[in-house]
This record gives sequence, C-alpha cells and structure tokens, in this order.
Amino acid sequence: MTKRASVHQSCYHCGLDVPLNSDFSLNIEGIRRAMCCPGCAAVAGTIFGNGLQSFYTFRSAPSAQGVANSGLDVEENPYADWDLIDIQSDYISHTDQGLQSIRLYIGNITCAACTWLIEQHLGKLPGIDRVAINGTTRRGEITWMAESISLSEILRAIKQIGYEPSPIDHDSKLSATTDESRQLLLRLGVAGLAMMQTGMVAIALYAGSFQGMQAEWQTLLRFISLLFVTPVVFYSAQPFFTSAWRSLKIGHLVMDVPVALAITLAYSASLWATLRGGGEVYFDSITMFSFFLLLGRFAEQRIRDKNLLLLNRGTERPPVVTQVFPADSAQVAKADKQVPIKSLSVGDFIRVDAGQIIPCDGLIEEGASQISEALLTGESQPQSKQAGQPVYGGTVNGANPLRIKVSAIGEASCLASIVKLAERAALDKPQWAMVADRLASYFIALLLLIAGAVATYWWFHEPQRALWITLSVLVVTCPCALSLATPTALTVASNILRARGFLINRMHVLETLASVDQVVFDKTGTLTEGRLKLVSVNVSPTADEIPEQQMVAWAGSLERGSQHPIAITLLNHPDLDLDLASAVTEQDFVIGSGVSGKIDTEIFYFGRPAWVREIAGLCDMPDMSGICLKDAQSKSNNRAESQSIDVALARNGEWLATLSFSDQLRPTAVAAVNQLRQRGLKVSLLSGDPSPGAAQILKPLALNDCQLSLQPQQKLASIRKLQQSGTKVLMVGDGINDVPVLQAADVSVALGQASDLSQIHADVTLLSGDLRALPEAIVTATQTRRIIKQNIIWAIAYNLVALPLAAAGYVAPWAAAIGMSASSLLVMLNALRLARGAKCSGWMAANGKPVMESL
Amino acid sequence: MESLYLLIPISVIFIVIAIRLFFWAVNSGQYDDLDSEGERILFDQASSVDELEQLETLDKKEQLDKPQ
Repeated sequence: MTKRASVHQSCYHCGLDVPLNSDFSLNIEGIRRAMCCPGCAAVAGTIFGNGLQSFYTFRSAPSAQGVANSGLDVEENPYADWDLIDIQSDYISHTDQGLQSIRLYIGNITCAACTWLIEQHLGKLPGIDRVAINGTTRRGEITWMAESISLSEILRAIKQIGYEPSPIDHDSKLSATTDESRQLLLRLGVAGLAMMQTGMVAIALYAGSFQGMQAEWQTLLRFISLLFVTPVVFYSAQPFFTSAWRSLKIGHLVMDVPVALAITLAYSASLWATLRGGGEVYFDSITMFSFFLLLGRFAEQRIRDKNLLLLNRGTERPPVVTQVFPADSAQVAKADKQVPIKSLSVGDFIRVDAGQIIPCDGLIEEGASQISEALLTGESQPQSKQAGQPVYGGTVNGANPLRIKVSAIGEASCLASIVKLAERAALDKPQWAMVADRLASYFIALLLLIAGAVATYWWFHEPQRALWITLSVLVVTCPCALSLATPTALTVASNILRARGFLINRMHVLETLASVDQVVFDKTGTLTEGRLKLVSVNVSPTADEIPEQQMVAWAGSLERGSQHPIAITLLNHPDLDLDLASAVTEQDFVIGSGVSGKIDTEIFYFGRPAWVREIAGLCDMPDMSGICLKDAQSKSNNRAESQSIDVALARNGEWLATLSFSDQLRPTAVAAVNQLRQRGLKVSLLSGDPSPGAAQILKPLALNDCQLSLQPQQKLASIRKLQQSGTKVLMVGDGINDVPVLQAADVSVALGQASDLSQIHADVTLLSGDLRALPEAIVTATQTRRIIKQNIIWAIAYNLVALPLAAAGYVAPWAAAIGMSASSLLVMLNALRLARGAKCSGWMAANGKPVMESL
Repeated sequence: MESLYLLIPISVIFIVIAIRLFFWAVNSGQYDDLDSEGERILFDQASSVDELEQLETLDKKEQLDKPQ
C-alpha cells in the first residue's frame, strides 16, 4: 500500500489539486507521479504506455482533466455508433487510393504538444495512413484503411489520451472558411510580390524622368511593370470588382465602387501609355493600393475566422442514433434496433436512456424522469415529466430511461420553429450602414462630377493634356485613405475587445454600440450564474451539537452518483469532506422528491421537506429560530419568495438541517449595471422565468424595467416596441429562447456558456462571462467612432487639397504616389492609437497567441 | 546596358518561381496553423534512439507495476 497524499499536490496530468487522502498516483520511470483522479491516471498511463512521455516535457499548458468511467476500460466502445454505414456516409470521404478520410473537431487541445501527441499516438495504430492535426483550429483530418481499423477504434484511441473527438460533416460551414482565407492569402501574396517588383522598377522610372532616360529603356521598364501589375488587377483585386459589381446591381454604392473604378482607370491609362509610348504610368500606385487594401481585409478575415473557430466547438451535437422499438410489438420492453436519427418518422417509439440527449420532440409513453431543458430555456432546474407530457429535442433526460413517441421531427420541431422565428426577426433587423459606405455614395458621385468638369475644361483649352490631367485627378483622389479609415480602426478595436473576451462576429457592432440607448438583459444564466449554489445550512435546534460540515458531508454522500443539479452542487462544494461520512448503502433515489440511504446503521433522508416529513414519519419541521412551523409546506412557500430551494436532511425520525440552494447574481452584474447606468443608458430585464421570486434576487440591480414569464414571441414584441419608439437596443442573453430577440436587437451579446445556436445568432459573444466588459466595450466603441471620424476627415481634407492642384495639372505621378502612401500611413497610425489607450498587456495578448486558448 | 535585356527577364523568372512556390505552400496547408508548426520540430527530435531505450525499460517497469 502506497502512502496517501498528505499535503496539497497538483496532478501530474491536468495540474489541478490532488484531493486530500486520495491515491491515484502512477509509478512512472521509477518516480511516483501524483494524479488527481482515475481519469487522469488512465490517460497518463496510456501516454506513457505508448512511449509518448516527452509530451509532458514539451507541453506549454496543462492538459484537460481526464474523465473517469468513460468506457475506456470497458469492452464496450462509446463510439460504436459511428461504425454504422448510414451515419458514416455524411462524414467520411473516400480517397483515390481506396482509403477513407474524416475531419474531426478535437476538444481539449491546449498547446502545440497536443497535436504531436495525437499524431504520434494514432500513427502507431495499424491501418492509419495520415494524421494531420491543426492545433490552432483544433481540427484534424485522418486518413485510414477501412479493412484494418474501424472509425470507432480511432475515435476511442483519441479519447484514451484525453481528447474529445467529434466528427465534422461534409456541409459544415467550417470547411468553407479555410478555403476562403487561403484564397485571400494567395491574393495578398501575389499583390505583395508584385508591389516589391513594380516599386523597384518605379524607382528606375522616376530617376529616369529626372535625369533623362532613353525611350528604349523606359519602354522596357514599363512593359516589365505591366507584366507584374496585370495579375494584381485580374487576380488579387478580384474581390473589389465582384463586390463593386454586386453593389451596383442592387443600386447601392459601397466603398468598393470607387476602389474598383480607381484601379480600372489607372490600369487602363497606364496600359494605354505603355503601348503608345507616352503619358504617365501608375503601376506602382495600383499594386501598393491593392496590397494595403488586401492586407486590411486579410486582418479582418483572420479575426472573424478565429472567432468562428472558438465558437463552433462542435458540442451540443444531438445524438446520431437512437434505439427504436419495433412498431408492431410496442410492448417489447427492450429496444433492439439502432437507427440514425434522420430516418426516424412521426409515430415511432424510441428509447432514451438517462443522461442522453432527447433527439426529437415527442410525448412520454412510459416512464417518468427529470428533464433538463437548459438548452431551450436557460433554466438549470430540471423539470419533472411523466407519461403523457411532451418533451423537446435537444433537452437532456436526467434520471430514468423513457419510452417516447415521436411527435415532430426536423422542420416541425420546437427547436426548428425557434430558429425560424429568429430568421424572420433578422429580416426586420434595423440595418446600420457603415459610415464609410454611406460616405462612399456621396464621394463617388462628387468625384465623377469633378472629373467630368476637369475633363471638359481641359478639352477646350489643351485637348492633348486633357486625358492625363483627368487621370491624375482620379488617381490623386483615389479613395485609399478613405477606404482604409474605417477597417483599420475597427480591426484594432476588435483586437482590444477580443483580449477582454468580447468576440465581435459582425463588423457593424462597433459603430452601432456607440449609439445604444437601452440595455436589455435576460435573467437566468445572464445576470445570474444560472446554476445553484449552497447558500446556507440551517441546523435544526434539536441537532445543534452537530457541525454544519458534517451535515454537508452526509448530504453529499447520499447524493453521490446522481446527476441532479443539487447533487452536482453539493459534490463540488469546497467544504465537502466525504471522509466525515462513511459509505452509503441501500441508496434509493425517488424522482422529484429526494434520496434515502443507510450510513453506518442509521437511515438518512435528504430531499423535499414535505417528502422527508412523510417518509420519515416526522411531525413538524422546526424553524431555524426554534419555532416549530405547523406545516413544512408553508415554510417552503415562504422561502420560495427569496428564490431559494430548500432541501431537508433527516436521520431516522429526527430533523437535522435544511440546506438552502439558490441561483446567484453574477459577481460582476451589479458593477456592470451601475456603470451602464452612469453612462446614461437604461437597463431593463426580459425573462422567461415565471417565478415571482425572480424580482427578489434582482433587487440589488435596481433595474428600470422588469418583465417576467415571457414567451420568446412576447420578448420579441417587447423589443420591437422599444425599437419603434426610436430606441437602439443592446440585448444580452444566453438561452435558445433568446435567439429571436438576439436576432432582432440592434446589437446582441450572447454569453460564452450559451448554446451554439444563440452564439451564432448574436453579434457578439462574451466568452469571459464578465459583464463589466459591456460598459468597457461601449467606451471602446465610442473611441473607435471618434478615430474613424478623424480618419475620414483627414482623408477628405487631403483630397480637397490635392484635387485643385491635380485639376490645375501641377501634380506629377510621383507626388501623387507619395501623397497617397503618406495619407494611408497616417490613417493607419491614427487607428493604432486606440491600442495604446487600451491596456498594454491586452494589446500584446491580442496580437500574440489566441487569448482564449484556455477556454 | 544591353545586359538588362537578359537580367530583367531572369529576375522575372525568379519571381514566377517564387509565386509558384508560395501557391504550393498555401495550398498544401502550410499557412493554416502558424502557431504549432514552429514547435513541432522540437518534439520530433526527442523521439530518437535514447527515447527508444527508455521506452523498453518503461515497458518492463509497467508490467511490474501493474496491479493484479
């Protein structure tokens, strides 16, 4: 027997504290390594067993905690479902060499060494052809021979070393994003290389025009430039042309229109000059202009991609198979057929075991259980449901196996109808055009008018110079600085906010955020933590010699093995010391009521006060102040007003204590709401929670307006009413029932723990869950708007000065090029001032590694 | 000066080769993960001969340590 751990140690695998008096240590290379749990020990054992111990030397972040009892030691493979042909067809592709390949999302990757570990571990399996893991995106592609190894074995192998694989299907939008960013990088690279070449040639040409140069050499150098510029115009600048054309077709002018026009005109004029052997060429300006614009676009795209990858964790995937009862013999107790969810039809009977996600809407045919509807409503308390009651797809069956009759699938399901409501809401969403785009419409109209006027004037005075002067007007007024003014500031600001866990998914956010008038919060999971916490232990006066800690220990050991939120809260309670109570025998869970069990020789009850009173045959429940209440029920009613849930603990025929659990305000909520109000914003609440006690918990916030027990439609109507009265609304929510309002609000923020669906429909994801980031984001947005304004004013002022000079024919091409670059540079530097204002560390973090790595 | 007629086309050829290489690198996914690739070379070095020796001794130890 090895010695038990006596001081606090951290786990060799995951770095968490090793619980006192536990012993999961592993003997590795003669050194005893402390492990915090059997899960970590199993994972570390596999890693060492395969000779991959250098992982521990090289990793730069601790690994995720191993999960015990995840079917690793058992014969049964938890991924066995993935071997069904019907399911594989959506995920697996076949290569030319007769191999199979699949793309996976791999959870728990924390650093670069993880990718090495997975590749090495899988590489040792028979039949694996190629493993490529991307540590940044946490995605990988695996190619293997179907005859040698099955998909489920590969997935299990990944799980054995502590990672969570989840296959990505063919039409996932994530595959599209990598293609897009590769494409953009190629365009940028071509423009960059061409810019260097034409720049070099341009120096020779400028020197030539000062010192004199034979026409022969000038023509050669111009042709060489033309050679480099042509791919830039026809390949690199493609996105500007397509976007300009698209916006022209719908009769709406955006910034890309003057950009495309400037490139086209400068290129055609230079081409003309090169072929005819006279006039001016602007090749260097074209390449530099395209390169800078593409650079801005590339930075913007990278931020968007990184955010998208952080958000799409591939979690909350509904199960792919379910157990179906044969239709004719509905009485057969045992489900025997596994079928893919997509082949289910209305009227089928399915079996959903405890802990499984219910795959579709249905009616409970047999059984009773606790259903967690957190995904739909954000409410953490599970609902008791029994035969005849409806259940919804996406909710989790908490306690007992259920037989469910399928009532709606796909489009008709509750989840799908919420998504539809959200899509409709998106159509009515107020569109805030980007300032630069609005300016572009005026700018381009003005530009064309002036160019036209200049051309007409010179045509009548000096026809041979008319074309070149008109062109220099167009090139000088080229909207380079103007088109860079907004994106640079927005990119810098999103980077700063990213470091605070405020992930911007839509670029309009920063401009709209600065003008928001009212902030609307959801309650559960947004202003509150959304999970229960043990707030007090009231020891009965008849048992006041027993310490509170002992009570918690008894309750904790009774609840061991249960997935009920109260059990989870208790078992994670920091004061819980299970050594104070010996093992429970005859443990018996009663759904919706409580649990009873034998500790040593005495029977303990822990549950709803009324139930405990009845089952333990007790008389009245003593109040904590010693006053005996007539009815236990009346007491729990009283307590309900303060939003806490009371659970009674009794031993044999004696009351021991009442443990109160309640949802709590987020620690940052009060500060955030106060800061928002100081900025002159109204703060209100729209909640789906029907309990009147909700108002009690929100009291410290002193909100302007509280509306409770609202349906998603009512929430939507409420937001609409605000918007019709001219208010710009910022909505903060988390549940799927918030999705329509998130979509309708002018700016919407979803909390980091929110469902994937809410995050996709929200403009912003607040990963850190720190609500104080909201007022900070508003401050940053205001600053950003100021910087954008300055940039635009500068760009327009520059054009106003340069225009008359160019129109008079005083601007040489080299002067136009220098002026253009200088004004672009100035705009960029001005945008960088935003970063200096923000915390230095935050800016560094935003530029270095992804800050949210640990999430 | 006539050498420019030769030298400039040569430089053009170099650029074309550079662009081809760049396309190949991007399309084969070398720019997809800029964070972990830099460290990979360090891990691979470790799995050399002396690591294999460690592995063998470890296997023996593991068999001894196993409960049952």
